[in-house]
Amino acid sequence: MKLRVLVSLKPGVLDAQGRAIEHALRDLGYAQVNGVRTGKLVVVDLDTDDPAKARALAAELCEKLLANPVIEQYEVLP
Amino acid sequence: MSARVGVLMFPGSLDDRDLGRSFGLLGADVRMVWHKDTRLPELDGIAAPGGFSYGDYLRAGAMARFSPVMRAVLDFAASGRPVLGVCNGFQILCEAGLLPGALVRNRDLKFVCQDVRIVVEDPGQLRAELPPGRDLVLPVKHGEGAYMPDPDHKPRVAFRYVGTNPNGSTDDIAGVANEAGNVVGLMPHPEYAVDPLLGSTDGAPLLRSFMAACLAARTRR
Repeated sequence: MKLRVLVSLKPGVLDAQGRAIEHALRDLGYAQVNGVRTGKLVVVDLDTDDPAKARALAAELCEKLLANPVIEQYEVLP
Repeated sequence: MSARVGVLMFPGSLDDRDLGRSFGLLGADVRMVWHKDTRLPELDGIAAPGGFSYGDYLRAGAMARFSPVMRAVLDFAASGRPVLGVCNGFQILCEAGLLPGALVRNRDLKFVCQDVRIVVEDPGQLRAELPPGRDLVLPVKHGEGAYMPDPDHKPRVAFRYVGTNPNGSTDDIAGVANEAGNVVGLMPHPEYAVDPLLGSTDGAPLLRSFMAACLAARTRR
């Protein structure tokens, strides 16, 4: 089964891309935009149909390689 | 007796030959080490070069960390012998857990390529010609050089930017050392500052200090 994993910078870490996008949106006249954070969506195709196993494996992949726990957080999407 | 320095080569490394050449100019016995090698030649120190290993996919240095050679590098570092990471090499050593913290996109999202001034603080084993307070002018060239410390682990700061902070690095940190002091990483490039033709020779004392640490490590063994 395929699972989607969202990897993003932790709240305290400066997201320079997010900030640049935020400024661009304000420049376009969207004064309503209070903040923008970016992330990476990784789709992994796993060799199992058991959702619990797949989610556990996806989390393991994040811990091992997909996310750097020093600066990033991850979420295995439903 | 000359220091035997191994320079790692990953797919996408691009400062490997220049780093090797600069060590050679200063008198080191340089061996290039391929990323697929699982055994190291007889070495006194290892240097990880700049570049874009594995295209910097996912994160800078994230993939290189799992290269076959890195297991040997981890053992080498654990033995207390000196390991130096420059630029992408610094990012790789952080990803590999040999140095604390991580490097993220530059504050202004721009690739920076300029000379910077750094000051020596606590360079671990690289102390031979780097007393605390010594100023060095070295070039930087990177897009992801902003150092972020691990919140649970205060880094041992080896070098700090003075005057201009080119990338938004936390507390102007330009380079760090590990607890033991044998692993040091920095974003500026000493290997491009050993010949007066290139504007600065301040990289030479840094590389020579590494070579001195290499010789000291050999004597200890």
